[in-house]
Parts: sequence; structure tokens; C-alpha cells
Amino acid sequence: MSTLTDLHDDYLDSILARYDHSANNLLQMLCDVQERSGYIHTETVNYLSIKLRIPRVRIEGVATFYSFLHLQPHGEYRLLFSDNITDRMLGSQALMEKMCQQLWLQPGKVSEDGLVSINTTSCTGMCDQGPAMLVNGRAITRLTHQRVQEIASLIRSRTPLAGWPADFFHVEDNIRRSGPLFDNTSAPGDILRTALALGGKDIVEAVKNSGLRGRGGAGFPTGLKWDACRNAPGAARHVVCNADEGEPGTFKDRVLLNCQADLVFEGMTLCALAVGARHGYLYLRGEYRYLLEPLRAILQRRRDNNMLGKNILGQPGFDFDIAIHTGAGAYICGEESALIESLEGKRGVPRNRPPFPVTHGYMQQPTALDNVETFCSAALAIQMGAEKFRAIGTAKSSGSKLISVSGDCPRPGIYEYPFGMSVREVLQDCGAVNTRAVQVSGPSGVCVAESEFDRKLGFEDLPTAGAFMVFDDSRDLFEVARNFVHFFAHESCGFCTPCRVGTSMLKTTMDKIAAGLGSKYDLRDIERLDQVLQTSSHCGLGRTACNPVLHTLKHFRPAYENRLKFLEFKPAFDLDGALARARQMTGRDDVGAHLKTEET
Amino acid sequence: MSKKLRVATTSLAGCFGCHMSLLDIDERLFTLLELVELDRSPLTDIKHCGQCDIGLIEGGICNAENVHVLYEFRKNCKILIAIGSCAITGGLPAQRNHLDLGNCLTEVYLTEPGLAHGHIPNDPELPLPLDKVHPLHEVVKIDYFIPGCPPSGDAIWKFLTDLLAGKTPELGHGLIEYD
Repeated sequence: MSTLTDLHDDYLDSILARYDHSANNLLQMLCDVQERSGYIHTETVNYLSIKLRIPRVRIEGVATFYSFLHLQPHGEYRLLFSDNITDRMLGSQALMEKMCQQLWLQPGKVSEDGLVSINTTSCTGMCDQGPAMLVNGRAITRLTHQRVQEIASLIRSRTPLAGWPADFFHVEDNIRRSGPLFDNTSAPGDILRTALALGGKDIVEAVKNSGLRGRGGAGFPTGLKWDACRNAPGAARHVVCNADEGEPGTFKDRVLLNCQADLVFEGMTLCALAVGARHGYLYLRGEYRYLLEPLRAILQRRRDNNMLGKNILGQPGFDFDIAIHTGAGAYICGEESALIESLEGKRGVPRNRPPFPVTHGYMQQPTALDNVETFCSAALAIQMGAEKFRAIGTAKSSGSKLISVSGDCPRPGIYEYPFGMSVREVLQDCGAVNTRAVQVSGPSGVCVAESEFDRKLGFEDLPTAGAFMVFDDSRDLFEVARNFVHFFAHESCGFCTPCRVGTSMLKTTMDKIAAGLGSKYDLRDIERLDQVLQTSSHCGLGRTACNPVLHTLKHFRPAYENRLKFLEFKPAFDLDGALARARQMTGRDDVGAHLKTEET
Repeated sequence: MSKKLRVATTSLAGCFGCHMSLLDIDERLFTLLELVELDRSPLTDIKHCGQCDIGLIEGGICNAENVHVLYEFRKNCKILIAIGSCAITGGLPAQRNHLDLGNCLTEVYLTEPGLAHGHIPNDPELPLPLDKVHPLHEVVKIDYFIPGCPPSGDAIWKFLTDLLAGKTPELGHGLIEYD
């Protein structure tokens, strides 16, 4: 590569121009640099710092926050194995080990020739077709030993990604059961015309009357949110679609964006009409990078057909357009205020709430921020009419819900149900047998044991963002919880101490128990940590980080207790081993140079 | 009057600041000594702990001898209390934890002039340092923690008198300080 200074004109300036020389688009610029160069060079940081007139610490702060951005070379090929429990259950750990052997490499390291690095990453949203990995940000599904071997030889021969078999990158939709969302065949613009006929105020009323509640997990009534946004004072309003589908075990938004993207954009556009917004953003998680070009093409088609842009569908003054921003590997950005920070090109640290995004969102302006599925459902509610929409599902949970089924079942994939379906029915439909537990709504959700399989999915009983991970009786629920605890420790944004330290301590204690060094005191520590996390964390991540442990302790306490090998407290580390370095340095090996752990 | 409770104290990888703070209870020491009998402690110079009701330890665990003393306390004390930042978090000594111990020893004894005649001391009388400094609760079970650097004499007094009165010790507002 020639020196970077030569390249400024070639590409940094064009990136700066593409993003209006605005520091609000810093993250997008860094994503582009990362994608082009494999890492972000010091010179690049300097150059951007000068051009954007922001301190370099701001740039480095952003670059170090997101796990897909690197300030040091990270290999021409960067392999990240999805480390969700469902990937592990499909054998991802052995496959990663094999890849490491094939490429003579240790996890977390870059090969000496700078060719390749291998590591793990949080769930990539391919749970129904795992084990999965990302190569330079591109998803590869259905890994097998043979596929690992093929990939290793492609890397050794330095074959560019474009030359890899297309089959590797194929992502299935796996729609197993469809309902009003997937069956929707309205032509692009149809629903928008209906909405235009209604007008902003009536759209809000219709969404209110439909009883639609947010599909991202929190379940806030969408109509109320839109109404609040519409009435909030502000110079500009924004519509933001949360497609940062990071909750392990969830992949419904991926499928919607792949096969119902027009419905998503239709929902966003009619929301813009309802709240009076001129700008919209789709925040796409970095793991779904492969969807970016197809989605941009759809946006362009909609612009060409006057469904975006100025005077949409001939309505004077109805101007609205949508830009896509990509994330870069940070689960926390699924939290609405962290997402907005990230949209503004900053570290994804959750804001204090209130004020809520409806009044102080993107650029401190009123913002209607909803999940992908929520926008689709809103569009559907407008199309069908509030009454008909409300007739689907249950009294307090109207409409249908997409469930992402993965884990121990023969038919993983997406199932669309009217709300009110029992866990048992979903299990029957996906063919699961001998099921021990289901993790509903991901690690931050609820672990449901067999005795509760008649509980119903919906806001009345078991609210869910969509994840449905099935564990049969061969699975150890302690290990499942430990995987989730590791996930939260990795994804904590580090802003508040209870979460930053608490999730790490929880991880260390679970690891200690897993290593066979646990005693009842460690279990007591876990319970104490859970309390601290729940009561004093800054945002929902910390508050829910202990859920996997709390729920598995409640239902599967023996899975923990069987591992408590000692009556007395034991250190998590080897005391004698802790003297090894000193022995080496002093050349001593006498009795006093050793420690026995059994002394108490 | 009921039997006096036996109390042992020691300082491991600490600075004796917490012990100085204990002395800051001033004339209340007389009252304390009516209630307790001191066993192993820098104040008595008793070298080993007998059966005790309460053990107070300041300082973290930085070497093999610290481990032996800590085990002796845990074995003999019904209630073991970590007192001060070093005992609770490793404190100042733990600042070496991000350095390699071997490099530290090399830097001190081999690179810098004037120490130990150019070799790393290896007398078996000397306790070997651990590769990391640990807080007490990472090595044995600790029953109570008195935070502070050091905790004030008033905090120690309140804590001990609560404990002696058979209550769960509580340090209210003004008695917890971290600097």
C-alpha cells in the first residue's frame, strides 16, 4: 500500500464528502475506512481530526467503543465466530479451534504475516442457520468442518472475498409459519396512499386504536409515542428505525428487511407523515452489513417512484427521505438512547432518561424511534384498519408477533403467530422434543422451565422481543447462563460502575464455579451481585444482565449446586501457581517457596 | 459480667494506617479493653493467634507469608473483618498488578544501582511475592468489610461496638469515607 498521505485525496476526501464533512457522521466514516483498509491508521485519525475539527480522542474514543473497528492492523482477513449459545450448541467452538489449527493461529491474535485474525463475537443473528461467522463483516452461515477447511485454504491463497463461493454467504429466510406480516402483498405505495388519505392526525389515531405496542421488547404503545412526538415542540422531527437486532437468538428483523423491506419503509414514511418528520434513519446492525446494498437499492427505487423525496406521491409539502446508518458491533446500541448517540457519531452510551427520545431524540429533537417489526405492523394496521388489526391477538397484545426459533429443534426459523400463543404450541410447531427450557426474549428475557410451558406469549404474560431459544434435556442450563453472563460482560458499555464491574464480577464468579472451585459463598456472592446490578445500573443492560442467572437459579438450582465442590471458600486462582514467577526469578524451590491451598 | 471477647489484629500488605486509626478511638480504648482481650496484634506482640472471636485484618495479600497469616486468622477467628481499602480491594500495593513481577524485580534489583549486590534476593527466610496482589476475600471467606483509607476511629468504634452488642454493624452517613 502506498503511504496514506497519498490516499487522502483518493478516498478520505471522498468519504468526508459522502458524509457532508459532518462529525455527526463520524461512525459512518470510520466504518467506511475500516471496510476499505482493514483498520483505522493513526494518520487517518489525524486527518479526520483536522478536517472535522474534533479532537483525536473523540475519534479514538468512538473507534475503541465499537468492536468491529480497529486502530491497529487486524489482518487482511478478520474472522469472527458467532459465540451465541445456539452457535456453541451447533459446534462452533470445535470449528473455531479447527480454523485456528488450519491457519496456525491463536484466538484473539493476528498472524505474524498480518494475513488473518480469529476471534469470537456476540450473536450474529444467524441462529437458525449456524454455526455462523463474519469474514471482514460479511456473514457466512452453516459452517461445517469441510467449509472451515475450504475457507482456510481460500485465505492461505489470498483469494479476495468476491472470489469465494456465493453459497457461503447465502442467508436463508426460513419462514416456517406466516401471518398477516409475511402474507402482506400490497404493492409499494399502496399503504402510503391510504395513509395520505387519512392525514397525520388520523394516522396517529388509527395506530392508537389498533392497540399496537412496540415490538422491540419494551412494548410501549406506538400510537402514544407518535402522538407525543407529533406534539413535542422542536425545530425538526425525525423517524428512526431500530434495526440493531442484537439480542442473542433474535433474527426476525433480518428476515423482514430481506423480504418485506418495502413494508418497513412504508411504515417509516407514514410515521413521518404522522409526526411531521422530514428525515428518517435506519440503524442497521453491522452484522447485517450484507443487507446494505439491497436496502439502498430499494430506497432508490422508492425515490424514483416518488415514495420518498419531495412532495411524496404528489402530496405538496410532504418531504421525507431515509438514510441508512450501520452499527459496528455494539449490543448496547439497541437501547434507544444509545442508538441515538451512535447515530450522532458518538460512543453508544445510553443517555439519562427522561427526557425521552420523543421529545429529545436525534439532535435533541423529537424523534419517533421504533423497531423494524413495529413499523411493519403500523403499516399493516393502517392498511387493515384499526379494528381488524385489533381483532388479531389478545386484548392487550394486538396483532401478530414474529418469533425467532433456534436451538434444539428440527425446524428453526421464523414463526409468525397472533399474540397469545403458548410456549408449548411453539415448541410443537418447531418439532422440539424433550425440551428442558426455553429462553424467551434472549438473555435479558426469561428462562421458562417445563412447568411453565403453558404460559402465553404476549404483554399480559410473557412479553418477548422475539427470541425463542430451545434447550433440550441434554443441555446444562448453568452453561447456558454462563454464556449469557459472558455476553453481558462483553457488551457492557462501561459507563456506570455497577454494570461495568458487576457484569465482570458475575462472569468471574460463574467461571470460578465452572472451574470446580465454587462453594456456597460464591452462590451468595452471585445473589448479592444480582441485587446491585438490578438496583443501581444506569440502563436496562445492567438491570437485566443478571436475569439468566436469576432465572436458572430459580428453576435449575441443582445445575449450580452440583458444581459447588467445597464447603469452605476456595480462591479462584492457584496460590502456588501465583508464586511461580517469583520462584523462577529467585531460583528458589524450597518448602517456603510453595503454598498449599488446603491450609485452612 | 460475661467473658471478654478475644480479638486479634494484623497488618498484611498495608501501611498500618488502619491500626493508627484504631488508636484514634483515644480514651475509648479503655472502654474497649474492658470488653475485649487482645490476642495476636501489633499492640501485644503476640506472634501467633489463639482461638479468637474477632479478627481484624488490614492490607491485602502480596506474598506467601501474608497467605499463611491470613489462613491462621481464618482458622482461629469466628468473625473475620477486612479493614481498609488495601484489605478490601488490594489498594495501593495492587497498583503493581498491571506489571510483570519478573520485570519489577529486575528493575529494582538488577537495573537500578545500589541494591542487593546485583542479584535478586533469594534467602529462604524471605517470603516470595505473589504475581498479583489480592484482596482478602479472594483468598478466604471474609465476614465483614470496613471501608475507608483509613476508616476513621469513629467508624471502627461504631463497627466494633455494634458487633460486641450483638447487632449487625452498620456505618451510617459520615462514617464511610474513601479518601
